[in-house]
Amino acid sequence: MKIVVCIKQVPDTKGGVKFNPDGTLDRGAMLTIMNPDDKAGLEAALRLKDEYGAEVTVITMGLPKAEEVLREAMAMGADKGILVTDRVLGGADTWATSQTLAGAIRNLEYDLIITGRQAIDGDTAQVGPQISEHLGIPVISYAQKIQIEGDSVIVERQFDDRYHVLKAKMPCLITALAELNEPRYMTPGGIFDAYKADITVWGRANLVDVEDSNLGLKGSPTQIAKASDKVRKGAGEKVTLDPTEAVDYIIDKLKVKHVI
Amino acid sequence: MDFMLTKQHEMARTLFREFAEKEVKPLAQEVDETEVFPRGTVEKMAKAGFLGIPVPKEYGGQGCDILTYAMCVEELSKVCGTTGVIVSAHTSLCCDPILTYGTEEQKQKYLPDLASGRKIGAFGLTEPGAGTDAQGQQTKAVLEGDEWVLNGSKIFITNGKEADVYVIFAVTGMIEKRGRMSKEITAFIVEKGTPGFTFGTKEKKMGIRGSSTYELIFTDCRIPKENILGQQGKGFGIAMHTLDGGRIGIASQALGLAEGALERTVEYVKERKQFGRSIGQFQNTQFQLADMATKVEAAQLLVYKAAIAKNTQKVYSVEAAKAKLYAAEVAMEVTTKAVQLHGGYGYTREYDVERMMRDAKITEIYEGTSEVQRMVISGALLK
Repeated sequence: MKIVVCIKQVPDTKGGVKFNPDGTLDRGAMLTIMNPDDKAGLEAALRLKDEYGAEVTVITMGLPKAEEVLREAMAMGADKGILVTDRVLGGADTWATSQTLAGAIRNLEYDLIITGRQAIDGDTAQVGPQISEHLGIPVISYAQKIQIEGDSVIVERQFDDRYHVLKAKMPCLITALAELNEPRYMTPGGIFDAYKADITVWGRANLVDVEDSNLGLKGSPTQIAKASDKVRKGAGEKVTLDPTEAVDYIIDKLKVKHVI
Repeated sequence: MDFMLTKQHEMARTLFREFAEKEVKPLAQEVDETEVFPRGTVEKMAKAGFLGIPVPKEYGGQGCDILTYAMCVEELSKVCGTTGVIVSAHTSLCCDPILTYGTEEQKQKYLPDLASGRKIGAFGLTEPGAGTDAQGQQTKAVLEGDEWVLNGSKIFITNGKEADVYVIFAVTGMIEKRGRMSKEITAFIVEKGTPGFTFGTKEKKMGIRGSSTYELIFTDCRIPKENILGQQGKGFGIAMHTLDGGRIGIASQALGLAEGALERTVEYVKERKQFGRSIGQFQNTQFQLADMATKVEAAQLLVYKAAIAKNTQKVYSVEAAKAKLYAAEVAMEVTTKAVQLHGGYGYTREYDVERMMRDAKITEIYEGTSEVQRMVISGALLK
């Protein structure tokens, strides 16, 4: 079985957020981590590899620095890493990103593509389903459990108050939730092996069946009007009272603030 | 000369730090309070490959260098001195001598289990009458047919009751050396469960309280002839060489304790307010922190230099001794200052620095006291 996992290097929320003048993130200047949902997707792929045997290829689109996240994935157990990087791909929104990744994945053989549900920087949850659309394969999103049965996958899809059990023929795409599993740690030896391994680097020229008009900032229908760091709210006030007193307390507060 | 770590080492540090913060730090206080060996953490470390970092891959290890191993002990000790020494004793004092002196059969038999953490290792040299004076050994081993028969006891053994494989030293005869009779010491591999091998009392310690420090007792303990480690009579050299490597592990532990105490103190002095401002705004605090940080970095450079020396030099006794001497004394000084800067709160067990100060003391004592390190260093100068 061949599994492709799409991963993204995202800003570490513990560090500060920095922006470019055009409102996009200045990714080169921030501390980074592997996107948590993607890491769960990678762990799911590695578990399938442990159980059924598989070749796991990780792919990312980003700055040359995004190579680090591929090395991390390989130190966890991924077999191959592909970095898609090119100046013309910069500033991409979800449409341009999914076009780029689909264009890159068309070069690969795969039974399963796993992406994270959403990245903690964009929070759109669109790229995974869009890739499946471009590639013309089924998608099962919000996976909380994945099993293989013959040439099909059986996935528990999280839903508000229940979950759905869905079965799809491979090849298909699954988007994973961080709750899917507890990702394994890298191993020390895996880190050194990952740095000895070759990373495949692809640019615009390697993308298959993608129009220039669908790439990069120019190919992005979404334009960012303004972006700013989140203003932190105060810690608030905590009081411990019985319910009756608590109601009076809140009403008093709301009156003082002229809310009621 | 390059003071930059490679990307591999940086990533390894990230791994060790993440593991320590997530898996070790939340339990550190409980491990200290209850004095219970953190078996669950050891199992997680085994899964992550932390128990065989410098062991070659052919024997089931991670195949990394000593610097990576030292950084692992450092990062673990930053949050829990107990966890740091468990890895250090297992790796430096059991895996390393088997790797260095073991026969191919011994390496194949013991290292895969040790490096994967399926089994834990320990080292037995110290006896009631043989601490710094390792020649004062009383434990005896006598060859009877195809078996060595061990009698005697070892004390202060780290990982004592929790280990499965022990490197044990015993007197196997008397030899004449420069006209004087001295003890012939030989190293052995002893497995838990061997009849005649039992455990004595558990030590009640000041610090590193979860590390399972026990007395080992050998009463007509018969081990196969092939469990001799290295050659007969070469045990003293094996012990000393093993301790050279062990000192790098303990130096890393001491370094981690100092770094951990400094980190906690920097956080604390920013928050603690006295006389209307944070105590970090007082020049006394600032100067204390500056001294602590400078010494911690100097210790780190010595520890890393010794770790690299173990990979690149045949003899690294002086580098290891300097690293351990300095890092241990810095750990004691920095943790003591950390408690002082925390004031009354620092003296309570609610705050980590109190535990770190107790944990730091042992680094000046075990695997060669600071005085022994000074003997090693000055001995090389005056040779």
